[in-house]
Amino acid sequence: LLSVKTESKALSPLALRVVAECPVTKARACDLTLPHCAVSTPVFMPVGTQGTLKGITVDQLEGLGCQICLGNTYHLGMRPGPDLIEKANGLHGFMNWKRNLLTDSGGFQMVSLVELSEVTEEGVKFKSPYDGKEILLSPEKSISIQNSLGSDIMMQLDDVVSSTVSGPRVEEAMHRSIRWLDRCIAANKNSDKQNLFAIIQGGLNAELRKVCLDEMTQRDVPGFAIGGLSGGEEKNDFWRMVTLSTDHLPREKPRYLMGVGYAVDLVVCVALGCDMFDCVFPTRTARFGSALVPWGSLQVKQKQYAKDFQPIDPECQCHTCKKHSRAYLHALFKSDTAAMHHITVHNIAYQLSLMRSVRRSIVEGCFPEFIRTFMKRLFPSRDLYPGWAVDALASVNVTLE
Amino acid sequence: MCRAARMAGSRMKLELSRVVQGRGRLGVLKELGKTGQCSLEVPGCLLHTHLGTVPHLTQETLRTLSNLPSVTQVTLSNIAEHQEVLEEFKDGVTKFAGLHDTVLYCSLHDPATPCPTGYTTNKTVSVWGSGGRIELTVAKFMALQKTVQPDWYQSMADGETWLNNTSRKRVRKSVDRTLAHLDECLLVHQQSQELEGVEVFGVVEGGDILEERVRSSRETAKRPVAGFCLDGLQTGSMDQALRTQLITAVTKELPEDKPRLLQGVGRPDEVLACVEAGVDLFESFFPFQVTERGCALSFSFDISLDPELAVLELDEERGTSGETQQNGDLNPDDQSLMTSFEINLKDQRYKDDFRPLVEGCVCYCCQNHQRAYLHHLLVTNELLAGVLLMIHNTAHYHAFFSALREALANDKLDVLKTRVLGESGGRQKDLTDTDKSE
Repeated sequence: LLSVKTESKALSPLALRVVAECPVTKARACDLTLPHCAVSTPVFMPVGTQGTLKGITVDQLEGLGCQICLGNTYHLGMRPGPDLIEKANGLHGFMNWKRNLLTDSGGFQMVSLVELSEVTEEGVKFKSPYDGKEILLSPEKSISIQNSLGSDIMMQLDDVVSSTVSGPRVEEAMHRSIRWLDRCIAANKNSDKQNLFAIIQGGLNAELRKVCLDEMTQRDVPGFAIGGLSGGEEKNDFWRMVTLSTDHLPREKPRYLMGVGYAVDLVVCVALGCDMFDCVFPTRTARFGSALVPWGSLQVKQKQYAKDFQPIDPECQCHTCKKHSRAYLHALFKSDTAAMHHITVHNIAYQLSLMRSVRRSIVEGCFPEFIRTFMKRLFPSRDLYPGWAVDALASVNVTLE
Repeated sequence: MCRAARMAGSRMKLELSRVVQGRGRLGVLKELGKTGQCSLEVPGCLLHTHLGTVPHLTQETLRTLSNLPSVTQVTLSNIAEHQEVLEEFKDGVTKFAGLHDTVLYCSLHDPATPCPTGYTTNKTVSVWGSGGRIELTVAKFMALQKTVQPDWYQSMADGETWLNNTSRKRVRKSVDRTLAHLDECLLVHQQSQELEGVEVFGVVEGGDILEERVRSSRETAKRPVAGFCLDGLQTGSMDQALRTQLITAVTKELPEDKPRLLQGVGRPDEVLACVEAGVDLFESFFPFQVTERGCALSFSFDISLDPELAVLELDEERGTSGETQQNGDLNPDDQSLMTSFEINLKDQRYKDDFRPLVEGCVCYCCQNHQRAYLHHLLVTNELLAGVLLMIHNTAHYHAFFSALREALANDKLDVLKTRVLGESGGRQKDLTDTDKSE
C-alpha cells in the first residue's frame, strides 16, 4: 500500500510537503511542488488577469521572486480565446512565463462583471460583452478552456453566489457546486499535468459549509480552495467560515483562500491554516499611487509627498525604493505611466516579502511573536486593532496585548 | 565679452572625422558634462524622457537596452511645475530622477507634444504642465535652469512660426525675440555661479523665410554659445525639400566646429535628409510617438543584406499593410498617423502571428515575445503593451542611428537611403506577388 501511494505521488502534478507547523496556531509552512517550479507557502499570488501583470515584465516578476501567479479564464477565454492560446503553447508560452500559473474558472466574473442571463444545471448562460452573443459557460467548457490555457492549477467551475445573499439560493449553489466539481473532474483531459482544485462553498452558513466540506473532501482532488468569501461580508462571519473550513480540510493538501490580499487578512488567515492567497488589490491600488508599507499605505499622489525625499519604505529592498524618492514618484505621476509601474513593483515586493517573513517565522517557531510585532507596526494603538482579527487570533491561541 | 566667452563658452568639442558638403558630417561630440567625461557620436540623438524617465520604462526595463545615448533630454514643460520642489531638493534633476552617469540636456518644449499657440509675448514664452499653462520670463527660465542643474540647455526661444501662413512680421519678431532672450540668458548665466561649467545652445529661428533664417543664424553665431538648436522646422511644419533648403542655408552661416541640434524632427526619412543638410543631433521622441499609436518600428536599415532579398522583405511588410503611407508630411496635427516605417500591431493580421516584432532584433521584446502577444495586449488595453513597444522602438531607433553613422563612415549613405526609404518610396505590393515569393 505504501509503495502504491508513493507511486501515485510521483505521477501527480502536485506534491505538498509540510515543512513546519506552528505549535500555537494552525499555521503551516510548506513546500508545494508544481509542474513548473517549487512554491514556498504561505504564498501570495499576484493576479495577471489578461495574461500580463499590469505593466510588469515576466523578467521583473521573476526577479521579485514570484513563483506562481494568476490568469483569468473568463477574460482570456474571451480574448484572445483558448484556440489561439493553445497555438501559442498555452498561457505559459503566450505570455512567456516560465513558472507556475493558476487559472480560475471564470465563475466569479459571472457574478461580478457580466449581465447574468441564467444559471441552470447546465452552466452559466451570459451575453458576451464584445459581440452580444449568448455564451454558455459549463463545467466542461471551463475545464476545456483551462486545459487549453495549460495552467498548473485549475479551479472548478462553481455556482457563485454573493456572500451577502442568504436563504435557499445558497444551499442550491452549494449542492450544485459539488455536482459541477464531479463534472469538472470528469472533463479534465490533463490530470497528469494540470491540478484541479475544488472550491468549498456554503456562504456564511456553517451547516452548509460543513456539508460541502464533507462531500468535496471525498473527491480525489489535489487541493481545495475556500470560496464564497471576501465579497463584502462581515469580517466576523468571514473568519469563522475560514477556520471552520481549514478544520475540515486534509492536512496534506494545500488550502487556497480566494480573493484575500490585505496584509492583516493574510496574516490572520495564515494563522487559521491557509496556505495560498490571491487578490487584485495590491496591483490595482498601485496604479492609483497607493504604496503598501508595514505601517499601512502611502498615497504617493498626495501633496504631502511632493517634497518628501525619502524612498517609500527605507527598509524595502525593491528597485523602486532603492532608486527613487516619494517626491520623484509624486512628480512622475504627473507625466508618465512608469510611476504606476514603480509602485506596482513595490507593492508586489511588499506582499511577497511579507509572506516570506511569515513563512520564516513559522519555520523558526516564532509565528505568534511575528503576529504581535506585525500588528503593532500596522496599527498605531491597541484599540485600533480590528475586532475580528483580535477574535480570530484569539481562537488560535494568540493574544494581542 | 571676454568674460562671457569664458563662462558660457564651449567646453564640449566636436571632433569631425568626415565632412562632405551635402552628405553630412560624422564625428564625436566630446568632453560633455560637468566632469567632461562623456561623449556622443554624431549624427546621433539624445535620449528623450519625461522628467528623466524614458516613457513607460523603469530603470530595470530600461537597462535591458544597451548602447543608449549618453545624453538625457528633459524638458521644461515637464519640469516647470516642480520648481519649488527642485529648489528645496537643491541637487538638480539628474539626482532627483535617480539618474547616474548621464549628461543632462534641458530643452524648452517637449517635441512629442505640440503645445497651444498664441501665448507668446515679447518677454515671455509658455509651457504646459499637468496643471496648465506656466508663463516664463527669462528670469524664471534661468531660475529654473539653476534648479534643474543641467549640463547643457537651450536658451529661451520663440519658435511659434510653424503654423501655416505665419506672417513675415511674425517670423521676424520670433527671430528678434529669440536673440533678445539669448542675450538676456547669457547675461544671467555669466553672473550665476550655479551655472558655472554649464553650456548654452543658441536657438536659430526664422520660420520658412530664407532671409530670416540666415539673419537668425548669423546673429546667433556671434554669441558665445556652445552649439545651435534649429527650431521651427519640426515634422509637419513644412515639406522636407524646404526644410533641407533652409537647413543648408543655416548651416552655411554656422561655425563648423559647433554642433547643430534639430528640434522636432524624428522620422527616419527626415533624419536622413537633415543629416545630409548638415544636422548633427536629433531628439529621440519618435519611438515614443510610434509606441503611443500601438505600432512597432519595423523598417530595415541593414545594408549588409542581399539586395534582392532585401527588396522582397521590404515589400512584404509594406505592400500587405493596406494602409495609406501618408507619413504626415504637411499636417502637424496628424502626427499620430502611422508612417511607412512601422507596423500597426492592433491590426487583425497579427492576431496569430507568432514571429517577433522584427526578425533578428535583439531587444528584450523581440527576444521574449511575439506579435500575437503584443496584439493581444493592445486589444485588451494592457499597460505592458507600452512597456514592450517602447523597449523595441527605442532599440530599433538607436540601432538605426548606429547604422547611419556606419554608413557615413563607409561611404554607403545612398545604400542606406535605398534600404530605409525603399526603391520607390514604399509602393503597394500586388498580393499575388506575395504568394509567388512563398
